[in-house]
Amino acid sequence: MTQILSFNKLQNFSKVTLLSVLFLNFCHISFSFCLLQTNAIKTSKYNFFTFLPLNLFEQFQRIANAYFLFLLVLQVIPQISSLSWFTTVVPLILVLTVTAAKDATDDINRHRSDNRVNNRKVQVLIDRKLRSEKWMNVQVGDIIKLENNQFVTADLLLLSSSEPLNLVYIETAELDGETNLKVRQALPVTGDLGDDIEKLADFNGEVRCEPPNNRLDRFTGVLSFAGQKYSLDNEKILLRGCTLRNTEWCFGLVLFGGPETKLMQNCGKSTFKRTSIDRLMNILVLFIFGFLAFMCSVLAIGNYIWERNEGSQFTVFLPRLEDDPAFSSFLTFWSYVIILNTVVPISLYVSVEIIRLGNSFYIDWDRKMYYARNDTPAEARTTTLNEELGQIKYVFSDKTGTLTQNIMIFNKCTINGKCYGKMCTPLTSPHQPKQYTDTVDFSFNPLADSRFVFHDHSLVEAVKLENTEVHAFFRLLALCHTVMAEEKKEGELFYQAQSPDEGALVTAARNFGFVFRSRTPDSISIVEMGKQCNYELLAILDFNNVRKRMSVIVRSPEGKLSLYCKGADTIIYERLHQSCSKLMDVTTEHLNEFAGDGLRTLALAYKDLDEEYFNQWIQRHHEANTALEDREGKLDQLYEEIEKDLLLLGATAIEDKLQDGVPQTIEQLSKADIKIWVLTGDKQETAENIGYSCNLLREEMNDVFIISGNSLEDVQQELRNARTSMKPDAAENSEFLPEMDKGVKVVTDEVVNGEYGLVINGHSLAYALEHSLELEFLRTACMCKAVICCRVTPLQKAQVVELVKKYKKAVTLAIGDGANDVSMIKAAHIGVGISGQEGMQAVLSSDYSFAQFRFLQRLLLVHGRWSYLRMCKFLRYFFYKNFTFTFVHFWFAFFCGFSAQTVYDEWFITLYNLMYTALPVLGMSLFDQDVNDVWSFQHPQLYVPGQLNLYFSKKSFFKCALHSCYSSLVLFFIPYAAMYDTVRDDGKDIADYQSFALLTQTCLLFAVSIQMSYWTAVNTFFVLGSLAMYFAVTFTMYSNGMFTILPSAFPFIGTARNSLNQPNVWLTIFLTSILCVLPVITNRFLMIQLCPTINDKAKATPAPPTRRARIRRTSSRRSGYAFSHAQGYGDLVTSGRFLRRPALTRSSGFTHAGRTTTSFSPMGRSAGYSPTGRPQNNKVPDVEVTSLQMYRTITDSAP
Amino acid sequence: MMASSYSAKDEDGHITVSGPGGGTLRNKKPENTAFKQQRLPAWQPILTAGTVLPAFFIIGLIFIPIGIGLYVTSNNIKEFEIDYTGDDTSSPCYNCAKNFSWNNTKSCTCTIPFQLDQPYESNVFMYYGLSNFYQNHRRYVKSRDDSQLNGNIDSLKVGASSPMASRKKKKPSKECEPYASIDNKPIAPCGAIANSMFNDTLKLFYNDPNGTSVPIPLTSTGIAWWTDKHVKFRNPVGTNSNLTAVFQGTVKPVNWHRPVYELDTDPENNGFINEDFIVWMRTAALPTFRKLYRIIQKKNNMAPTLPRGNYTLVVDYNYPVRSFEGRKRMILSTISWMGGKNPFLGIAYITVGSVCFFLGVVLLVIHHKYGNRNNSANISN
Repeated sequence: MTQILSFNKLQNFSKVTLLSVLFLNFCHISFSFCLLQTNAIKTSKYNFFTFLPLNLFEQFQRIANAYFLFLLVLQVIPQISSLSWFTTVVPLILVLTVTAAKDATDDINRHRSDNRVNNRKVQVLIDRKLRSEKWMNVQVGDIIKLENNQFVTADLLLLSSSEPLNLVYIETAELDGETNLKVRQALPVTGDLGDDIEKLADFNGEVRCEPPNNRLDRFTGVLSFAGQKYSLDNEKILLRGCTLRNTEWCFGLVLFGGPETKLMQNCGKSTFKRTSIDRLMNILVLFIFGFLAFMCSVLAIGNYIWERNEGSQFTVFLPRLEDDPAFSSFLTFWSYVIILNTVVPISLYVSVEIIRLGNSFYIDWDRKMYYARNDTPAEARTTTLNEELGQIKYVFSDKTGTLTQNIMIFNKCTINGKCYGKMCTPLTSPHQPKQYTDTVDFSFNPLADSRFVFHDHSLVEAVKLENTEVHAFFRLLALCHTVMAEEKKEGELFYQAQSPDEGALVTAARNFGFVFRSRTPDSISIVEMGKQCNYELLAILDFNNVRKRMSVIVRSPEGKLSLYCKGADTIIYERLHQSCSKLMDVTTEHLNEFAGDGLRTLALAYKDLDEEYFNQWIQRHHEANTALEDREGKLDQLYEEIEKDLLLLGATAIEDKLQDGVPQTIEQLSKADIKIWVLTGDKQETAENIGYSCNLLREEMNDVFIISGNSLEDVQQELRNARTSMKPDAAENSEFLPEMDKGVKVVTDEVVNGEYGLVINGHSLAYALEHSLELEFLRTACMCKAVICCRVTPLQKAQVVELVKKYKKAVTLAIGDGANDVSMIKAAHIGVGISGQEGMQAVLSSDYSFAQFRFLQRLLLVHGRWSYLRMCKFLRYFFYKNFTFTFVHFWFAFFCGFSAQTVYDEWFITLYNLMYTALPVLGMSLFDQDVNDVWSFQHPQLYVPGQLNLYFSKKSFFKCALHSCYSSLVLFFIPYAAMYDTVRDDGKDIADYQSFALLTQTCLLFAVSIQMSYWTAVNTFFVLGSLAMYFAVTFTMYSNGMFTILPSAFPFIGTARNSLNQPNVWLTIFLTSILCVLPVITNRFLMIQLCPTINDKAKATPAPPTRRARIRRTSSRRSGYAFSHAQGYGDLVTSGRFLRRPALTRSSGFTHAGRTTTSFSPMGRSAGYSPTGRPQNNKVPDVEVTSLQMYRTITDSAP
Repeated sequence: MMASSYSAKDEDGHITVSGPGGGTLRNKKPENTAFKQQRLPAWQPILTAGTVLPAFFIIGLIFIPIGIGLYVTSNNIKEFEIDYTGDDTSSPCYNCAKNFSWNNTKSCTCTIPFQLDQPYESNVFMYYGLSNFYQNHRRYVKSRDDSQLNGNIDSLKVGASSPMASRKKKKPSKECEPYASIDNKPIAPCGAIANSMFNDTLKLFYNDPNGTSVPIPLTSTGIAWWTDKHVKFRNPVGTNSNLTAVFQGTVKPVNWHRPVYELDTDPENNGFINEDFIVWMRTAALPTFRKLYRIIQKKNNMAPTLPRGNYTLVVDYNYPVRSFEGRKRMILSTISWMGGKNPFLGIAYITVGSVCFFLGVVLLVIHHKYGNRNNSANISN
């Protein structure tokens, strides 16, 4: 019986102590004390019974709904009621129903996913037996058994595992997005329990741990067991959301279940993003409220005057209930609030949501944003931000996995002065498929990776000819690394590398016949040209940012001691033996060419070691290794000492493959005046290199500033210098204060002469983001065309985004693929995740996701632009039609004694927004295109009006109010004058109230309907259908039958028949329609003629044939070197802690599911995002050439 | 730069992808329909000089003739109007207007002579016109009970005292207050509209040149809408067909001299379906309005309906309007296909047509001066 009592909750209330207590096997106390936390999770909001009250309560918290409820209350007061109750109830119920239906479906989906998760099965130890139990029934204190590839059920304390040393391997992709395996190790004392059910059942201990929190990387607790206390840390905890890998089974004790798990604690309410149009709309609605109050006041005053002057005398025929004009005007005020309520559009919010939803579907449906290779369509995960996509001003992009594919390809190499790979043909642009098909045939090598592709046969020939340098070259690649191999089946090798570069290099060596097969802490076994060789691994001189190289010292099967080193070319060159100078020159030339192609290079060198010297060195190494003080410094010195007088072998060139179409996309976006900032965890060199190869930085740029200062003053000075050179006149006004805009400082864009780029380092960025410098940094950065921030932490990414959001009145978009991008994706107005890769974290927190960076341009330039345009058109039109509708009442008030008499039939008022105009406006806002997508691509400048918020602003709102004012004047006074004292063609009445109402409302509907500007078949159908519906409904409502059923509800009997057969009625309708449209057309035409916008020009010109993009040759800059990670895992490799059992004896291996068809699938993302404390540009002092060891001279006649 | 097409091959090529499970994934490629790919064919008006300018001229060319036609038609309509309010001392009705009292049982009669300069051919329509009379006031408009007027017998029942019965609407609608009932007896017809029904009697006499005064026959039926007369308004049908019996237990509106069942002798024009009553109940849209009172039928083809000459209008002055500065008019009018005399539409059409024409010219000039320069300019990249 494994039961526990948890005091978690009690402890949380006090909040005094951080520790909560768990007792194991301790439930002899009465059951009522056991606050058992089950593992069930609940993300849903309602259940069947609470749905209606809760949902209604939520809905009425919205101001619009509450307002209409208030109106409804007003309407049931007879003295005030100017409209029947149904005019408000029908729209309100409709709006509430639509929203409730949406909420209900959302909640049903949440229920479903909850149930799916809660009903997963897991094996639980109950009554000394393992039983299969649902996840939801697992309780805190239960011991559960997990098997390979199972999800971890709850937050567990790892007790024991099938693996040696009680290790388990887990994948944490769901938690933090990192796809590399992580290791957890159980305490030896619990590990001894093994899989002995009896022992486990008898396990009796007590855990004290921290209360539930959301920190994924930290855990503190104490296990008391058998009188001993053991401290628990994160290494012993399996968190819910992880997946067990490479581990047959393990046992764990449930510490936190369900909502208390760290995963669920992390699912905090993500901040609700709102678009700027939303905010503007709220302001406008407030403004409209004010305006409504103003109109009602005017009319109430009018009523007061009328009642005093006329009404008091008119009592002969119209007696008054109360004799006080002031009270009457008070009532009139509220009556007009009811009548004019249509200026505050209740259906606006619903319509806006529908439109956004529709436009989101277009994104989901777009074939041009579908990526066939991994079958990923684009997805709009948030459906409420669409129009913001048309206003993006800043794009913050991650590099790895976003701009690049995070796939490294061994592309070229130079060995002993000879270059291999497609040297002479220039690198084709990345988006064009490789034209040459004569790939090298590796069939001679049974262990070759079939996905590896190389295009130069001469290298294979050289290998087959047993060229010593070539062999040494590949031997180095096979030995000098920290990759781990896994061989599930004989001959099926999988490499796990910390950086994809290394993986690519080892794979290359493998294919060329130097197969790295397995490693133990002190040996590396490789297959050299079919021959098994075991190298004794004596030392790993690991990589770090200062050294920028790594070396291994191995003893070959023949007993020869060698040091193999690979590293940045500049670093290696400093340590070469002088005899290599000729080779160095040749290699440098090659390196330059590689760099010109945008490849990442590594120089390789080796030297043979003297046994005696080495023994003495390894002794000192051991001492240094165990030194307590300045261990690293001493080690560095030792490494420095041995890594000299190296002999150059050659260099490798690795292509960090850009995603397809990245340079074109960046060019397009920058033409659309979108600024792109690359925020990457990579090193400056790599980032700069990628910046050039993807067209962000350009050779033509006037200057690229590099900010890498190490103090506040340095950074400030560097920023100022940069600004001075960009804009000499503006630089000195350091007292420059940004203009104040409603209390929030807004940095305006400054014009500079020429194009500039800015590269800033992580540690400098930390200073630049400090409060005193942030404005300075922002000003400078915003003057540049391109900004690259390297070695940025996830937090800094978010800070940069926040900085721009804070001081720039601009819409930002962040795009990334990894867990480290989540913060900025959440911080930006719009977050975009690159989907289809292994980690899902970025996608899960993003608003939009698609598979390729290049789809961004379609998302913004086409979908975003259209969405924005449609939303603005919709809003303008919507306000126009409602204002026009309402203002007519205002004018009529002057002719009906300000009595709050409506102009239209009450049914028309009820149905106007819901039926007669809903579909046409919806059609407009779902189908409207000012120019087609080809044009949007052709002229990215078409995007600019969105950034400047030109289509819907306070000004355009005001314009549209004026327009509706004009229209309402026309719509009231033309029928007024036309009907004044006139009669039908048979002498009977037509100037009666009902006929006049019918005439005005018909005029209104026609005038509003014909102002559409985009007619697809659907639009036409909607408009004509709505008009037809109007007539159908009107004739029905005014028919004899309806009247006889309910005489009081349908008093307009016969009006339609009697007035719509009159020619002058139709002449009036025609006249008003023309008069409403005429000024619009005249104005538009004049604007087109006098100051045409880019859109007008685009429309007037036929679309040109599509042109192919001009391919820009990448720059000839020197590239960085090919280490994208920080500290290597050398000590782990040698410590043995990380090593598994020998590969061939493994029964259950890591299943390589989901591997893409690329040549090498990286297992991990570069780990080092934090700027190291150490400066990076420290020059390593030149090492004097002292002791000459055995070496071979490279002769001039090298092949 | 066109970037949309560079990877067309990649995107349109059908690649079967093997998923992690080893099976083939369901293809998530979106459908290629014009709707989903937003390629629906569409027409949008492009405002070029080639479309806008001709449109303006065409509108001008259409509107001006229509306007002229309307204007001429309207001008051909003969209309004669007399204001007989009597607020002026010289007016024949001055005394009647001045001495008006609701208690007068004997109506005051005034006689107004007038002269028609032209003969009125065809049917002539006689209207009464009221000004400054707010028939469109909200409280006035709703002060009626349509179900009562439609012959619902329940609305004529005695107002029940119990709340239960009142909920069943067995009395005039509350909207009729304060003219719903008197002494617990329902008013028929109830409401302010009915109560204020126009009750002047207008008679027309032709003064023959030989001195005799010939009464002109006035038709009082056929002046209301067919739907009103036959559908909307119906007399309640009780156990017997006698109107007087049906309306037993109701009282007449306060201002009325006669009860509703004595409005006319003709049973087809009595009670709620009395056409004068129906016409009045069709409330006007504006405070100044005219309502059809009588029709002077054309007698034969030879003589004009109303020859030119002197006429006398005899008014039984019952309807007080002076208290609210209202005016009362008698109008004689002929009609045409476009209804009564109203020059507005004709003038409006002519004006709009001319403005269009004028705008067309102005825009043409502007287009020639500025438009070409701008349109030829290329879109700068």
